[in-house]
Amino acid sequence: MLLEISDLEVEVEGKKILKGVNLQIEEGETHVLLGPNGAGKSTLFMTILGFPKYEVTNGKILYKGQDITELETHERIELGLGVTFQNPPAIRGVKLKDLLKIVDGKHDYKSEDDLDDEVIALGERLKLNEHFLERDVNLGFSGGEVKRSELLQLLAQQPDFIMFDEPDSGVDIENVELISNEIGTLLGQNAENTKKAGLLITHLGYILNFVNATHAHVLIDGKIVRTGEPKEIMDNVRTSGFGEI
Amino acid sequence: MVSIKDRAEKALNKKAAIGEDIDLDEYETMDVDAYEHVDSLEDLDKSDKDTLTSVGMDTTEEERSASFLQMDQSELLAKVMYPGIEVMSTPQALEKYDWLSDYMWNAMAVDADKYTATTELDGKSGYFIRSLPGTKMELPIQACMYIGDDSVRQTAHNIIIAEENSEINIITGCSTANHVKHAAHIGVSEFYLKKGSKVTFTMVHNWDKEVDVRPRTAVIMDDDSTYISNYILTSPVQNIQAYPTAYANGDNTKVFFQSILAGKEDSQIDQGSRTILSGNNSQSEMITRAISDDESTIITRGDLLGKSQDVRGHLECMGLILSDDSKIYSVPELRGECTNMELSHEAAVGKIAEDEIQYLMARGLTEDEAASMIVRGFLDIDIKGLPDELAKETKKLMELSMEGM
Repeated sequence: MLLEISDLEVEVEGKKILKGVNLQIEEGETHVLLGPNGAGKSTLFMTILGFPKYEVTNGKILYKGQDITELETHERIELGLGVTFQNPPAIRGVKLKDLLKIVDGKHDYKSEDDLDDEVIALGERLKLNEHFLERDVNLGFSGGEVKRSELLQLLAQQPDFIMFDEPDSGVDIENVELISNEIGTLLGQNAENTKKAGLLITHLGYILNFVNATHAHVLIDGKIVRTGEPKEIMDNVRTSGFGEI
Repeated sequence: MVSIKDRAEKALNKKAAIGEDIDLDEYETMDVDAYEHVDSLEDLDKSDKDTLTSVGMDTTEEERSASFLQMDQSELLAKVMYPGIEVMSTPQALEKYDWLSDYMWNAMAVDADKYTATTELDGKSGYFIRSLPGTKMELPIQACMYIGDDSVRQTAHNIIIAEENSEINIITGCSTANHVKHAAHIGVSEFYLKKGSKVTFTMVHNWDKEVDVRPRTAVIMDDDSTYISNYILTSPVQNIQAYPTAYANGDNTKVFFQSILAGKEDSQIDQGSRTILSGNNSQSEMITRAISDDESTIITRGDLLGKSQDVRGHLECMGLILSDDSKIYSVPELRGECTNMELSHEAAVGKIAEDEIQYLMARGLTEDEAASMIVRGFLDIDIKGLPDELAKETKKLMELSMEGM
């Protein structure tokens, strides 16, 4: 089991958001998380990452068999967790290149060294050239550029368990396919016996035409109320909305 | 006619328009012959050399076109390695050039406040830098004001003249020796930029917790001239107040002021920049990045005055507050006095955004590393107008100053 969440209850600033979430994800699986706004999808992500504001009041999170519930965020990242944000903040003076240097394992953002050619080649593949990497991260990026920059950082980082927060929102049709392909690459979906796994939040579901999801869950009011085959659940949501689930 | 000396004497107790009033009698003036001359910065003690290096001085002098060093009130070194520029002490220059007296207290009023007045009356100090017509010198001239003894009141009256179509880069570092805790520094700098000239002036301050600092700077600019000022203060200081002013009198002049201020411990920093745009088609850009930590207070001021046609000016101040006990006040002023001009300002003061910290933590940094990266990024302004090599060096200097932040 790569990730195992049991009875997870989480409060944010005194307000209970997650009310007993159970979730198991095996190597090679890609899970989709659906649910209305405010259901707690992003809170689940942030809690798995261990941000201080998200207080676990009950339950635990096991990753590769290790209890990570009390670990610091950077320790979890070192163990192989990764995330792409839906709306990452723009940070003035911090270049995309600097972030790539951190995640590229060098962990030294002050270093004068240039990026590995490999990372530059990854950027080219995502239509982000070397000049683009010199830009302040997310500052003035278009919607598509934000998503591709997020994926580029993860491609450089090579995590084992990846959370994608709406990787397809604000992206034009043409780029959804590109992004989906890279998500597939990240998750090793083209490789046999991949040891990687992913959890993906999506509203549109269009991306499921391109990404091979194995499981889907519906999260409503802090609880997973239904789990099943992604296409079936997605169709169900499309026709009846979340209210009928 | 009232003499300069009389005017200075009358203003000896005149408080400055802004900033805390400093009792200058708390400090002692030093003799101009207190120290022996040196032939090279390499002749100084290791600890002095290290301090000089930290404020941008190249003690080997290999990458410099000229060097000047004033310790307390004594000139220790004035050396020129390349033709086309002149560097010497102001008293020496006054002996050499009769005409120089016309430049003394011309950009700056001697009776502006007690600090200018004291500088005149303490006398016999400061540097004179002049680039001859047409000189283009990429290698910077370095000038250092160094306080070597406790309780010293250091004054300096500097005159910088860039003759027609000349270009020079000046790096000036001001610091106290390691063992000096308590001192005062008053530096009056009058710049004269002739037609078509360009001066970049990069100043690094590295004082101590009990040092009072009152720089007084004015720049007079003729047609087609460019003045670029970079100011870096990242170490603790007791109290500093400065409001350098550029008089863009000529047509087509360009002014850039860029300041990086980091308030630490209980530093009181009041730093402004002002441009008076009087020449047609002139422009000014003034940018400040300030971070306050511990119990420090930073006031950043900016003042743009548009007095003639087709002038443009932009003022930007961004402040980041790192501790609850520190303060940042931003005071931008725009004054328009004619129709066809454009003045703007942008100011924001806040704390480090939590989502930015989390974003970097999600990439593997600890919370402290994330905050440090954000602060460095925040202070990392593009340095305009410097030759490539010097821009790189200035960037390194900024990074050096920011170490440990």
